[in-house]
Amino acid sequence: MMMTRRYLGLYLVAATIAVLPLLIPNGFYLDLVIRMGINAVIVLGLNLLIGFAGQISMGHAGFIGIGAFATAVLPTHFGWPPFAALLAGAAAAGLLAAFVARPIFRLKGHYLAMATLGLGIIINIVLRNEAKYTGGPDGMPVPPFTLLGLTVDGDRQWYWIVSAILMVSVWASINLMNSPFGRALRALHGSEVAAQVVGVNITRYKVTIFVMSAVFASLMGSVTAHYVGFVSPALADFGHSIELITMVVVGGMASVFGSLVGAVLLTALPQALATFEGWETVAFGVILILCMIFMPRGLVPTLAARLGGRRP
Amino acid sequence: MTLLSVASVSKIFDGVKAVQNISFEVDRGIIFSVIGPNGAGKTTLFNLITGVYVPSEGDVRIDGVSVAGKPPHELAALGVARTFQNLQICMNMDACENVMVGAHLRLDRNLLKAAFRFPALARRDRDIKQEAEELMRFVGLEDYVGARADGMPYGALKRLEIARALALKPRLLFLDEPAAGLNPKETLDVDGLVRKIADSGVTVVLVEHNMKMVMNLSDRILVMDYGKKLVEGTCDEIRHHPDVIAAYLGAHA
Amino acid sequence: MFAEFLQFLFSGLTIGATYALAALGFTIIYNASNVINFAQGEFIMLGGMLAVYFTDAGLPMPVALPLAVLIPAIAGALMARLTIEPIKGAETVTLIIVTIGASLVIRGLIQVWLGKASHGLPAFSGEKPIRLLGATLMPQSLWVLGVSALLVLALWYFFNRTLTGKAMLATSFNRVAAELVGINTGWVLFMSFSLSAGLGALGGILVTPITLTSFDAGIMFGLKGFVAAVVGGLGNGLGAVVGGLLVGVIEAFGAGYLSSAYKDAIPFVLILFILFFMPRGLFGVKITDRV
Repeated sequence: MMMTRRYLGLYLVAATIAVLPLLIPNGFYLDLVIRMGINAVIVLGLNLLIGFAGQISMGHAGFIGIGAFATAVLPTHFGWPPFAALLAGAAAAGLLAAFVARPIFRLKGHYLAMATLGLGIIINIVLRNEAKYTGGPDGMPVPPFTLLGLTVDGDRQWYWIVSAILMVSVWASINLMNSPFGRALRALHGSEVAAQVVGVNITRYKVTIFVMSAVFASLMGSVTAHYVGFVSPALADFGHSIELITMVVVGGMASVFGSLVGAVLLTALPQALATFEGWETVAFGVILILCMIFMPRGLVPTLAARLGGRRP
Repeated sequence: MTLLSVASVSKIFDGVKAVQNISFEVDRGIIFSVIGPNGAGKTTLFNLITGVYVPSEGDVRIDGVSVAGKPPHELAALGVARTFQNLQICMNMDACENVMVGAHLRLDRNLLKAAFRFPALARRDRDIKQEAEELMRFVGLEDYVGARADGMPYGALKRLEIARALALKPRLLFLDEPAAGLNPKETLDVDGLVRKIADSGVTVVLVEHNMKMVMNLSDRILVMDYGKKLVEGTCDEIRHHPDVIAAYLGAHA
Repeated sequence: MFAEFLQFLFSGLTIGATYALAALGFTIIYNASNVINFAQGEFIMLGGMLAVYFTDAGLPMPVALPLAVLIPAIAGALMARLTIEPIKGAETVTLIIVTIGASLVIRGLIQVWLGKASHGLPAFSGEKPIRLLGATLMPQSLWVLGVSALLVLALWYFFNRTLTGKAMLATSFNRVAAELVGINTGWVLFMSFSLSAGLGALGGILVTPITLTSFDAGIMFGLKGFVAAVVGGLGNGLGAVVGGLLVGVIEAFGAGYLSSAYKDAIPFVLILFILFFMPRGLFGVKITDRV
């Protein structure tokens, strides 16, 4: 039963996706839109962690890097089929996340921020150093994605693939939020103690959601790798992790629609400021600061509250 | 029949003996109150029994099963629910959702089924929503059924917490100062509510400062002072006990 | 063999002293406001970059260097006023993100103004190496260690013997109580950011002759300083110093004996290690939550 009010966001996304190909003037914009879609899925996963469960991951780009390089290295150097490499990357990311999360989540406060920070940087450095496999700081090319004899070829095909993934992700996220699991997550953010006394094993939930968001990121890292045809360690650097957090925060923590808005806006911004390198950094910084001061809950929740007549 | 049995429980925080050698038993179906001056260790005792703290010494048994040191979420699985002295409401959720969370353990929490919205799960969710709304009416919050938690007044939030605890369908309910901060009318309402809850078969353990309410409701009372058990008995026994009067009740009996 | 060991020890202590100053900066701010200031590294970078700019512009060292400490100190106070004060009491995530935003602004502005090249400063007392027990010691290292030690002593004196310092400490223990006895806690906030920024900047200046500086040098310094603060126990001054030196030394030994390619990864492996086994750090305090 697709309750209209709840799935409104999903229908809007679907409509946008259907209409967009008619409006895109050229390949540059098609590429931009596909990147927005990929980022949107990553941000959805990250938002589950930051917005809904209230935890911070400051090394999320590391998981993207794992997925991206798994799908580059395994087929190129070891002859793996791309789909298997994709799954291997996701599994590796998930296992790593679980390994780090379990001891960390027993602690309170910003310890996860510290641990994920360390983890992300370590992954980045490994990718830069193991040049024999990864091509070092310059990166390496990625073979095209083939499955069951079919090859994905051309940006148009990628547009529909990414769109499909996005639709499923949005639908699943909306469902999750209004389920016992999702309510438990939100309760965890609202009051850990309250969640505990109604039977929520908070450590297990935090680990689960962290692993989930890591797997999302890895999968989309693999998609990015095949789409772009090239990977470099910059995919997994600290700056990229910060960009992702910015998308979550600006779009709206704990908002599915906000994740999409954040991803769209902040994928477009670097393009708009492409010629102003240093200024791009400044702009990101100013946006973060202003957002936290004036719209701490993010664009979409703040606007929604204003339009609904409530105090944001 | 004993539902809850606390045996020689102590808790020491860095040398401070918050609770010392407390023992008592609570029979099924009664209202048991714990009273004492501020700082006597009542909330610490609650926290020890409900798994928020681990006892330094002693044992806690529910229906004969030892639960000392078990984390709160395992106690919830054993049918123990509680409210908090300083409200622990999830302000980021609707009032109704707060209550629905109370039913957490009674629902299918499977991640994949939730993500793909299996029909059975969706149906169960709708049922729980209705149940939550009924519970809100039961505790007197019919005016707030569609509201967000962060828009509700203090007195209503206190009752919301009780509704959430009831959603767990507990057999043992701990209420930590449910009347704190309420005006006389609201206090009377809570008094009636606790009576209603006990009548429905739930064993209630109550911490309260409002003596009238305690005397009105309780079947048995435990008096604490400085972390130790002072005396235990029926309302009449406590009311006239010289030690209690000296330590706590003053001239009022 | 021993000479090599000593060599690594010296270079580790030298860089460790910088980490220690950064860690102290984190600690001072954390104690005053419970904020983890991710812009701390940028103040270290500012010190070095501004020192280069002023000396290149012709100012003599005794003028250039204090300026290169003063301006970041002012920037720190400005940051506190513009970004932290408006959102006092916000969630941890919010505060962390705001400081990240500030770090981006500072780094971006420097990138625009001074470009992306690396710069160096002349060593304060020449480049002639000192031979000590078979190892080679750069004179600049002595400057780093000496000045850092003096700074630590000065800070100790400030916090334990002066009224201003004690007021700041009081605020870190109990903000409300401090306000009630008349301490201007808003001012304490500015002071703590200013002090940390100045400390970091000075550390950055001292170490620039050895490591060079560039617009993005702050990132690693900041992050490693943060690791040092956590290793020592977040919020503990002695821990910050010990943590800094420890991180520097372990990094140097790791790079020397294990693998120099992974030098930068070592502090972060260390922080994961600490968080797994000793989350409170070496000197940290246990916190209990009241329900």
